[in-house]
Amino acid sequence: MGRKLDPTRKEKRGPGRKARKQRGAEVELARFLPPGKSGLARPGPQVSPQKEKRAVKAAGQTPRSRSGFSDGNSKWLAPAKAKKIPSKGNKLELSSDGEVEEASWEMEEEEDGSSEEMVDDYGASSSEEEELLPIEKAALKKKPDRGGLSEDDSEEEEEEEVAEKAVEEASRQKMGQKEEESSDLQLNLDIDDQFKLPTTEQMEKEDILFIFFLPAEPPDLHVIHQRMKGNMEVLQDFAVKREEGRTRQEYLALLRQDMAAYYSYSDFLLTKLMDIFPLPELINFLEANEVPRPVTIRTNTLKTRRRDLAQALINRGVNLDPLGKWSKTGLVIYDSSVPIGATPEYLAGHYMLQGASSLLPVMALAPQENEHILDMCCAPGGKTSYIAQLMKNTGMILANDSNAERLRSVVGNLHRLGVTNAVVSNCDGRQFPKVCCYLLWSVLGGFDRVLLDAPCSGTGVISKDPAVKTNKDEKDILRCAHLQKELILSAIDSVNAASETGGYIVYCTCSIMVEENEWVVDYALKKRNVRLVATGLDFGKEGFTRFKDRRFHPSLKSTRRFYPHTHNMDGFFIAKFKKFSNAIPQAQKEPAVEAAAPSAVPDTVTEPQPKKKKTEGSKVDKEQKPPQPALKKRHSSQAQRRPLKA
Amino acid sequence: SEKLLKAAASVPRDSLVSLGSCFGKFTKTQKFRLSVTALDFLAPYAKYKVWVKPGSEQSFLYGNHVLKSGLGRITENTAQYQGVVVYSMADVPLGFGVAAKSTQECRKVDPMAIVVFHQADVGEYVRNEDMLT
Repeated sequence: MGRKLDPTRKEKRGPGRKARKQRGAEVELARFLPPGKSGLARPGPQVSPQKEKRAVKAAGQTPRSRSGFSDGNSKWLAPAKAKKIPSKGNKLELSSDGEVEEASWEMEEEEDGSSEEMVDDYGASSSEEEELLPIEKAALKKKPDRGGLSEDDSEEEEEEEVAEKAVEEASRQKMGQKEEESSDLQLNLDIDDQFKLPTTEQMEKEDILFIFFLPAEPPDLHVIHQRMKGNMEVLQDFAVKREEGRTRQEYLALLRQDMAAYYSYSDFLLTKLMDIFPLPELINFLEANEVPRPVTIRTNTLKTRRRDLAQALINRGVNLDPLGKWSKTGLVIYDSSVPIGATPEYLAGHYMLQGASSLLPVMALAPQENEHILDMCCAPGGKTSYIAQLMKNTGMILANDSNAERLRSVVGNLHRLGVTNAVVSNCDGRQFPKVCCYLLWSVLGGFDRVLLDAPCSGTGVISKDPAVKTNKDEKDILRCAHLQKELILSAIDSVNAASETGGYIVYCTCSIMVEENEWVVDYALKKRNVRLVATGLDFGKEGFTRFKDRRFHPSLKSTRRFYPHTHNMDGFFIAKFKKFSNAIPQAQKEPAVEAAAPSAVPDTVTEPQPKKKKTEGSKVDKEQKPPQPALKKRHSSQAQRRPLKA
Repeated sequence: SEKLLKAAASVPRDSLVSLGSCFGKFTKTQKFRLSVTALDFLAPYAKYKVWVKPGSEQSFLYGNHVLKSGLGRITENTAQYQGVVVYSMADVPLGFGVAAKSTQECRKVDPMAIVVFHQADVGEYVRNEDMLT
């Protein structure tokens, strides 16, 4: 037997009768509070109590003084929203007073944290400024003190971050307490207005080396991060937000120092990066370098199909996806219950662990069947095997690397993947035209295509090798650039321009430095009869045609740059050349280095320029070169650079 | 192939590391030892095959012999000490072996007995790359 339906008794619709907040508090309070008190008297939120409160506050009265409570509950029993506005009011007052403090933008953010404190059902927050119980006030007073000693990095207790600046601590604490009730608004304008460069004393205090002043605490990363953010905002809108008397350089210098500390980079590298990237992108780049790129594999189409491989791996418990529209053989691995480098499929040679960006130069190279290809720096063999699979094991690939230990992995990989058309050799790449070319030319007529994955500084693969952040400096970059220039010239000279299907050279590096990329390409364009052609890759950023004070050939727009933060693959640079003549242009100062081309160039090998040819690292001692002046340790630098290459 | 050979001839001898695909090595006593790199070429021609159960695939890849408990299938009338090619159940060639027991005996023997001696497996690509030639 149920209740009788009584149509006259209407039930309220909506989220549930009782889900509605009980009108209780406001209504009840209204009975106690004096009538003049803000619209709390009115049931329901018709007039936002916030507005009333704000009016009250602005008038400088505290609600408590008005309270007619007879019991002691007045301090804490009040709607929370009412409280948030007073602090806004306070803040506005502050800023309008011009009460600007050192890094007071930090304080604004402190208030953010404290808004997450306890809120009871009525929406009352228990730690209001004015209605604080004395014991809570005391506790809050203690917190900044504690912060001064400890390095508690909790987001909420942002008062503690200002610990290192002992000078303002006292005043800031007071401000902190007042401002601690944050509104939900960040009031970004205020923050920016108040971002100040710290004075040299504060910088010294942060400097870890200055142990004689104070027991310096280790730099608080959170503070640094906040400061960086503030700094960036100022720099974005410099004219408006700058501090008088401070130059942009000072802001930039501080930003650089902070980034170096936060991300652990050397100053040199950061300067270079700041030249290449605009500021917001720079932060993205640095963040992307902290995180490893996803693991990707390439299906070996000589032995299996991508579909079958994906199926087999899924059966083993691997979570994967096709790489993207641009690749028909790539798969990206999200996670796996078995080690990817040890599955029976891997051992049977069905796939190869390879970075996504390493697929690109081979796609750009586009080797055809029955061609002769040269891969000048092939270790550990990923690109070589990809070339072989695109050629379907026809033709010939000459896989060369100057590092004998890494060649073993090349051989292993090639055998495992079932590549049969490869010849592996261990020459110094710069010797190529000179050493092999006579015979090569007669037998093969030069190569059809050449892939040069030059040894580089590895600034694009920092996520794989964080040591690059600190151990690269100007000399390393220039050394790399020099080597790359030599290699690219010998690569160009090994190609037969007259080949029907080819005549292409692809130059790529896993670095983002302009010195190693655009500069080298520009150099090649000047020195040899080549021109840049489209890589065939429709995504990726175009290379620079001008950079700082250098101007490059306009065709450099066809080169491509890839970044970890935009494409989620390792930093890469790819350029594709077409050789249109085998003749080597005679420059005024530097005579032709090789005379490998059978056509127009005379056959005499002129004495090579001192800086071009070296015998170090080469196993062939055909000529005794005059001792080269001021030669850096190429061998070790090459060996050092090897591990960075994919 | 021969064209490859001619091309490779142009590389100075000291620098030449590998050419085509290596089948095996000649030993000092002029025997020819076949290595796992020849697997792809020989597998299609294998007359006697042994299939290994998924559970003992890994064990074989680590270099262990195949026990009766791991044996999936075996071609009929395999003689004892016959060279075999070891496959996984998905028909992926895993390596070379020697049959320890003939097919008839395999049926009778207890599960812990060795039925195929391990000779070479693809796990070696990872285990000892250096020895690969």
